[in-house]
Amino acid sequence: MTTGMIFAGSGAILFAMGVAGVLLPTHLLRKILAFNIMGSGAFLVLVGLGQRSGEPDPVPQAMVLTGIVVAVAATALALALARRLQRLTGRMELPPEAERD
Amino acid sequence: MGILFDLLLAFALLWSAWRAIALTDPASAVVQFIVFGLLMALAWARLRAPDIALAEAAIGAGLTGALLLDGLGTLRTGQRQRDEQHGSRP
Amino acid sequence: MKRIAGAAVMLSAGILAMALVVSMFELPPPAVRLPQMVQEKLPQSGVEHPVTAVLLNFRGYDTLLEVAVLLLALLGMLAGERPRPAAPDRAPTDPVLPGLTRFLVPLMGLTAVYLLWAGAHRPGGAFQAAAVLAAAAVLLHLTDLLPAWTSLRLRLRTGLAGGLLVFITVAAWLLGEGRLLQYPVAHAGSLILFIEVALTISLGLILAGLFLFLPDDDERRR
Repeated sequence: MTTGMIFAGSGAILFAMGVAGVLLPTHLLRKILAFNIMGSGAFLVLVGLGQRSGEPDPVPQAMVLTGIVVAVAATALALALARRLQRLTGRMELPPEAERD
Repeated sequence: MGILFDLLLAFALLWSAWRAIALTDPASAVVQFIVFGLLMALAWARLRAPDIALAEAAIGAGLTGALLLDGLGTLRTGQRQRDEQHGSRP
Repeated sequence: MKRIAGAAVMLSAGILAMALVVSMFELPPPAVRLPQMVQEKLPQSGVEHPVTAVLLNFRGYDTLLEVAVLLLALLGMLAGERPRPAAPDRAPTDPVLPGLTRFLVPLMGLTAVYLLWAGAHRPGGAFQAAAVLAAAAVLLHLTDLLPAWTSLRLRLRTGLAGGLLVFITVAAWLLGEGRLLQYPVAHAGSLILFIEVALTISLGLILAGLFLFLPDDDERRR
């Protein structure tokens, strides 16, 4: 059990938790939170697996660094879309299947 | 000793993420998510990735937290408006 | 019905987690030793810190495209929304907070410059510096010292797109010399620093813009 494997394993569990969290709640803000946790899990797997041998690997580290910055931009875009949906429908939830065009 | 700390940190990460996902009140979930972001910064430091730890502390916990809290504010005002319009939903 | 669906999703997520963890422990050792390759080529990269070398030299494409993605996300955010009409009138905050912010923001600026400079040989670089700058802008906005951005003036547009434009210009110039984003070894260090300075300013503005361009809901001003 190395530090890398511990956090890679936690990352995999976080990812699965995030998947359930995106699917289950209807509230959009909670879906966005779960989506972020999914991303963090994937980042942990990338960096954790990269240093299985014990030495840190700069290549996945650099990719995760860009990934974190992209994740915050995606969150901002998602929140803007959710806000727009709320202004149009007055709700912070996706409309049920029947009401969709 | 180091492994013990890693396991503890991993457990705290999973616990805070679980709380952020499972709490039904979005406000508490957002606060829990900010805690999760700070723990992530610690995890990066343990993974000997100081570059990511720096970015995560500023972005993951700071900027994302500010964005989500602002989203929460919008949500509150929208909710109040909806309640005034439709009354409470059945 | 809903409860069954919920239980099914939870169960599948549990199985997914188990499968991922198990497969991770059974992965064969990597065939390519990336850390050694990076270490070997580090003297040619123009910087001494491996992560910065990967970000801006070895895998410069990724960073170039990433900046484009960030700009697109900001444009996407602005596309559907009117920017905030005016700063909402808020009750004057506690005098301690603006005072502390006035004291902190110059320090954050200094930190950003240090991080940018440090990126060449130790942890730090354009991304972290930009994040600190954006955080400073958000802090200023929250204490009402910096009004929200209401329109895209030319100067702001130049700042937002500048990093990407500088990066693309360097890439195009290098394409004329030989290959895309393959810096000449002698000038690699200064080219990377040049790109990083432009990126710091642009990324800082973009990240701050994600917050400062937040559309104002009509009800919030009431």
